[in-house]
Amino acid sequence: MGSDGGPAFAAAPVGMAQGIWKAFGETQALSDVSLSVAAGECHALVGRNGAGKSTLVAIFTGLLRPDRGSVRLGGEAAPALADRAAWQRRVACVYQKPMVVPWLTVAENIFLNRQPGNDHGLINWRAMRSHARQVMLEWGFDLDVNHLAQNLTVEQRQVVEIVRALSVGARFLILDEPTASLEKAAIEGLFERIRRLKASGVGILYISHHLEEIYEVCDRVTVLRDGQRVLSAPVGEIAQDQLVEAMVGAAPQRAVENAAPPPVVASGRPRLEVSRLCVPATLGPVQDVSFAVHAGECVGLVGLQGSGSATAAQAVVGLVKPSSGEIRLDGKPIRTGRVDATLRRGIAYVPEDRHAQGFIPSLGVGENLTLCILDRLSRWGIVSRSGRDAVANTLVKQLDIVASSLSQQAGQLSGGNQQKVVVGRALAQRPAVLVVVTPTVGVDVAAKETLLNVIAAARDGGAAVLLVSDDLEDLRICTRLLVMVRGRLVREYRQPPWDQHELIAAIEGLEPASAREDGIS
Amino acid sequence: MGKSTVERPIERSGSAGAWALRRQGQHIVTGWIRELTLLPVIVLLIIAGSFVNPAFFTASNFINVAQQSAALGAVVVAETLILLTGKFDLSLQSTYGLAPMVGAWLIVPTNGQGLGTNWNPFIGIAIVLLIGLAVGAFNGFLVIKLGFNAFIFTLAMLILLAGIQVGIVSGRTIYFLPPAFTYLGAQFLLGIPVSVWVTGAIFLLSALFLKYHRVGRAIYAIGGNIEAARAAGIHVDRIRIGVFIVASFLAALAGLMTAGQVVAVTASQGNNLIFTVFAAAVIGGISLDGGRGRMVGALTGVILLALVTNILVLSQIQTFWIDAADGFIILIALALARLIGTERP
Repeated sequence: MGSDGGPAFAAAPVGMAQGIWKAFGETQALSDVSLSVAAGECHALVGRNGAGKSTLVAIFTGLLRPDRGSVRLGGEAAPALADRAAWQRRVACVYQKPMVVPWLTVAENIFLNRQPGNDHGLINWRAMRSHARQVMLEWGFDLDVNHLAQNLTVEQRQVVEIVRALSVGARFLILDEPTASLEKAAIEGLFERIRRLKASGVGILYISHHLEEIYEVCDRVTVLRDGQRVLSAPVGEIAQDQLVEAMVGAAPQRAVENAAPPPVVASGRPRLEVSRLCVPATLGPVQDVSFAVHAGECVGLVGLQGSGSATAAQAVVGLVKPSSGEIRLDGKPIRTGRVDATLRRGIAYVPEDRHAQGFIPSLGVGENLTLCILDRLSRWGIVSRSGRDAVANTLVKQLDIVASSLSQQAGQLSGGNQQKVVVGRALAQRPAVLVVVTPTVGVDVAAKETLLNVIAAARDGGAAVLLVSDDLEDLRICTRLLVMVRGRLVREYRQPPWDQHELIAAIEGLEPASAREDGIS
Repeated sequence: MGKSTVERPIERSGSAGAWALRRQGQHIVTGWIRELTLLPVIVLLIIAGSFVNPAFFTASNFINVAQQSAALGAVVVAETLILLTGKFDLSLQSTYGLAPMVGAWLIVPTNGQGLGTNWNPFIGIAIVLLIGLAVGAFNGFLVIKLGFNAFIFTLAMLILLAGIQVGIVSGRTIYFLPPAFTYLGAQFLLGIPVSVWVTGAIFLLSALFLKYHRVGRAIYAIGGNIEAARAAGIHVDRIRIGVFIVASFLAALAGLMTAGQVVAVTASQGNNLIFTVFAAAVIGGISLDGGRGRMVGALTGVILLALVTNILVLSQIQTFWIDAADGFIILIALALARLIGTERP
């Protein structure tokens, strides 16, 4: 639906790279890559981590100089690298990390360092506010320009950055994984915005790991692999598995045995029982949620952001203290709101925000992997080096972690490998219950595959797995699904395979009221 | 407040103006609450002070308090500017001591413990200010350009400069300062000490500069998100070094005020000052992480600490306990600021 022709723009491409070569030391990051983004086009750029996407973006935004090849912006040769202002008038990139200043207002952020005022550098605040309002209206955004950027949601920050770029005059936007931290409704909003920008003649280079997004909003797609362009075609002419194949190289090694997990005979006492769990709305709403997870079972807790699914998982591991309700492990209640208590009882956790809660960037891979089992590896507080390395090596192999050595700092690894370290750390505890929240966000296809296989292996090894995710890919390792909408459990799916459309409708809360009654005990 | 207001169709343009105005008013109010947190505390202190000692609520006492905290205020402005960019400078207190010491040393005759060069007092004043500029440039260059850790480096500078200050006069105090040198600290203009006028002007100008000048806003941008500031083409390093220089200049000026006020320069001038400076800034809502806080807040912080010290003195508490009481009050003020939410965890 994205490519309905749109208005014709005869103008030159807003951004064009021709025969770009770039090497860093001995690594050839880009070899003879050409890419052109037309006005009014949304052009997808996909590729696994390390395929050269970031390098290409850096060259397009004038942060790096190509070894060979040329960049043209809006039909003109690219400005000199030092002339940042000239680059900013032609191209802007919205990165994953927020490039807004939290304690300044929206208006100030839009006109950062270009505030309307006189020649002596004095700022006319009134003019700045009204200009900001005007730009917002012009491009059809409605955002209070007096808000502090600190109080904005992620999507609103993106709007600020987009408006900033447009107000400078850039008509070539690069969106670097714009949906990575957006919830479903916000993603819809973003797509709507992209379509409108396209209609106004803005060209967009759209970088994403989520292939379905590309089909929804992009016109063309270019695939990079190992620094080379392997494919460039209109999205309508290319099927999703072809796309994945182009990214990965060979046919993707789907572990078929995991595709349909064996149905679990829910016999005996469940490993984990959650009954009538309530969490106050300020922490994320969870209302009267009850469910059970048996050993060898992987239960998918599915819901939009803010539906309470992640909060319920946090309550299970003790990060959030529920206002009422009980959590039992093997029939015995555990103290709620205490992480140390749940850890001791064998509940391991893979957090949603791996950067903030997952690993310690300055410590080595080996130390990170064994951080939670140090008491098992040590005597009188002295950690056994060989014991630690043995455990860590096993995990590195099992998870296929790419690191130069066990002592390489975890912070230096690529995103996918960092996530593997986080998952590995949880598995090192040989947990009775494994709670995993959105384990594959922002990792490439192959890493995703490995991560899911490893979690599935833990499930088959007898752990009770609770997987919180709204990525349908992740859910294929689940044996059962529970859908949460606005803090309540609304639906249970007992047997895979599931009807995806029905599932998505349930997640979005489009369920007819009658369906709620066959609820969950 | 963070509701998804993006892209609501612009259907109510009729009421939009009034709506926007109301929103704007609301923002102004919420924006000021943080700055004015300390006002009720200050009012309470004034009431309490009036009960403690009838001499408290008099014009002469207030002028006295203002004069005694004028130098502190100037250093607080200096540190606040640096804090807003996300750095800090501990050595300001030594600049505050060393600069007037060297200036006085070169102009005062040997019987006043000077070097005996007997230079013109105006050259002495110029030297005081030049030392400020030089120390600031040195600090700024090493911390910003060469990436020295601000804490360790400025701590070393603090010790070094204070050591020089003691060393050149062998620990003695310099007397017999000429009138030109003491004018700033000792004289009155329209019944109010010159130093108070000057510090008031420094507060006002720096507040206006931070609010209405591009470089002032850039200071906030640098402290709030340095990468965003860089990407916007702000000369991040140049501004941060400039702020270090201005701050040390202000510290030297403040040192001159104190020298004039006590009509002498002691070898210990500036000792422990930096703790009070940080306390005033933080109580006043200046974030140690940078990018957050206003000069008005810093001013209320200075006033609060000045009043507390004054009341403690007037209450005839044992002199040896004044420091402890001071520290205790700072703790209370911080707890209060934390409760009201000006300083986030």
